Amino acid sequence: MSRQHIISVLLENESGALSCVAGLFSARAYNIESLTVAPTQDPTLSRLTLVTVGTEETIEQIKKQLNKLIDVVKLVDLSESFSLERELALLKVKKNDIIAKKIEDLSADSLALITDETDGFLVIELVGEKVWLDDFLASIKDEIIEVVRTGVIGLSRGERSLTL
Amino acid sequence: MVELSGGEIVIQSLKDEGVEYVFGYPGGCVLHIYDAIFKQQDVKHVLVRHEQGATHAADGYARSSGKPGVVLVTSGPGATNAVTGIATAYMDSIPMVVITGQVPRPVIGTDAFQEVDTVGITRPCVKHNFLVKEVADIAETMKKAFFLATSGRPGPVVVDIPKDITDPNVKVPYQYPAEVNMRSYKPTVSGNIGQTRKAIKLIQAAKRPVVYSGGGVVLGEASEELTQLCHTLNLPITQTLMGLGAFPGTDVQSIGMLGMHGTYEANMAMHDSDLIIAIGARFDDRVTGKIADFCPHAKIIHIDVDPASISKTITVDVPIVGQVKPILLDMLAQLESLDETFDRNRIGDWWNQIEEWRAVDCMAYDKESDIIKPQYVIEQLYKVTNGEAFVTSDVGQHQMFAAQYYPFDKPRRWINSGGLGTMGFGLPAAMGVKFANPDADVACVTGEGSIQMCLQELSTMLQYDTPVKVVNLNNGYLGMVRQWQEFTYKSRYSHSYMEALPDFKKLAEAYGHVGMQITKKEDVEPALREAFALKDRTVFMDFLTDKEENVYPMIESGKAHNDMVMAPNSKYKRVLA
Ligand SMILES: Cc1ncc(C[n+]2csc(CCOP(=O)(O)OP(=O)(O)O)c2C)c(N)n1
Ligand SMILES: [Mg+2]
Repeated sequence: MSRQHIISVLLENESGALSCVAGLFSARAYNIESLTVAPTQDPTLSRLTLVTVGTEETIEQIKKQLNKLIDVVKLVDLSESFSLERELALLKVKKNDIIAKKIEDLSADSLALITDETDGFLVIELVGEKVWLDDFLASIKDEIIEVVRTGVIGLSRGERSLTL
Repeated sequence: MVELSGGEIVIQSLKDEGVEYVFGYPGGCVLHIYDAIFKQQDVKHVLVRHEQGATHAADGYARSSGKPGVVLVTSGPGATNAVTGIATAYMDSIPMVVITGQVPRPVIGTDAFQEVDTVGITRPCVKHNFLVKEVADIAETMKKAFFLATSGRPGPVVVDIPKDITDPNVKVPYQYPAEVNMRSYKPTVSGNIGQTRKAIKLIQAAKRPVVYSGGGVVLGEASEELTQLCHTLNLPITQTLMGLGAFPGTDVQSIGMLGMHGTYEANMAMHDSDLIIAIGARFDDRVTGKIADFCPHAKIIHIDVDPASISKTITVDVPIVGQVKPILLDMLAQLESLDETFDRNRIGDWWNQIEEWRAVDCMAYDKESDIIKPQYVIEQLYKVTNGEAFVTSDVGQHQMFAAQYYPFDKPRRWINSGGLGTMGFGLPAAMGVKFANPDADVACVTGEGSIQMCLQELSTMLQYDTPVKVVNLNNGYLGMVRQWQEFTYKSRYSHSYMEALPDFKKLAEAYGHVGMQITKKEDVEPALREAFALKDRTVFMDFLTDKEENVYPMIESGKAHNDMVMAPNSKYKRVLA
């Protein structure tokens, strides 16, 4: 019954607005898998994307409670429509043939780039869906020295959009 | 355009908002603002004795008048002392604007003297809060604060103002905004017509309908419309602790309060109902009891201004989001335009059943007893005040006795902390009520435990001449705690006994008021008469009551509506349908 949802929120770009969102999740014991936020083209607005897991009822409540926050201007549950999701990861490995081969083998629709090579260490940039990232990182688990992920962002396809 | 300093702008904004009273307490970071208060006469400041008292007084003022309460406190301890009162107002959706001083901008974040993160501390218990960063922003922020506090689902708003932007030497042009427009905040006003139509259909078809109304009707000023709806349709109505008085408690269609200490007839009716019409109520756990067994046979209509209240704990069939008043008006208009008139006898069988439950007389208590029963005191209070007083209460058994034995016929007369259950609320709230209603009788029903939590406000009440009648139901116990310990911990009274109680009569006298101690039943009524005759004095009546009386009926935590514990001398012991 519990399912993952990606919720995109347009938020007033005010100090404290992000704390309101984070505080809501801790106060009401909702879980956050990931949360990313940055200003939009309109500098008075931020766009926040959060991934949460819950039953339909819980997700409904989360959306209502988010909407109730004064600084939330608008939101959309991307999981309800045909949408696109991406996450970026940077990872550091020691240069070796296995990794080089793996990167080469990646299919065309996944993005993997060796971005830096310094003193025999590689920084690799990966872009894809969260599940794909999870799988790929698991497959090279033992090689990874360090990894950082941005958390998921998403956009609906076609005409629909989250704008004012 | 006039040029004003930040401190002056704060006060001028209050003036332009039509604020009459500010309840507050000074300190370093608000000194500039206090100087601005000193230089004018329109906004009157009430100096409390503790910041918690300021918030409760402003709250009582708001609840009894419908106008927002205003508080002014200093940074650090001033702000933290105010938090309990802010949370109390938040839980009961009371409009309030709380201005807190903050340390000067350059030292914010340096652990400066009397610095706390007020915005961070209050965030979970306010409707919204602001840290104002520029002098030029003060007026607009004040406007927003009042707009937010009083519109939609009301609530407290905190405005945190750093000292340096109130500097008397820095003046900026001032104009109070006529209106404010926030793209992120557009509360719904009128309900969806399709939904109200659906609701009417359900009501027409229902065989066992019950109206369950709450504090939202009081806040939404929809008492008249609610009464008319119930009368037109001959509906039985039960009200929550927060809603009492929105529909006249003495009307035959009123079946009393529901929930944990609700009447037998109200809880049984809820349980057997086939249609619940919830109006401005939020299905609080003290009302629903065990969720899984809540109203097992009923469809539910829910009218509420807050979309997040809909289907939060109980899934409803017909939600109607919007302000209660326009929605009820819409329903009344639709009913009027119906071809058929509503047959009042259509639910005659249901009423017969309800009368049978009512005949159980669930609130009977031992009237022969020689010791003073708390219920008896409340009944006499009702008699002496003709049921017309404003009654505030603290939290505990006395609160439930007041709610059960003093039927309120008008909204805003019953004032208590329902959501947070804050002991210490009653006395400062009564003072606030008196500021808003100087000519009315105001009683504070309290217990010897609760009264000691904000007792210091007796001093404020003398200074500002706000005569209140304090009815202390002194059972020598933290009675409500003791009752739970009797029921669920085999009478192991762990720290629920108050030893070394003060002599309340002398204490009241020391504060310059009239003190009385009443130990005999036959003295109860005369004492109350004497006290209320002293129009211009605060009178503290210490009633030594039965120590171990319990509040009945009671639905124990986690039980269903039809599983009530009844008074031991009642015709029914534990009732299980
Ligand atoms: C600030 C606060 N602390 C603790 C409680 C828990 N509590 C609820 S009722 C109660 C006892 C109140 O005693 P008293 O004021 O004497 O009233 P009584 O129940 O005896 O009528 C307590 C301790 C509370 N509601 N508020
Ligand atoms: Mg007591």
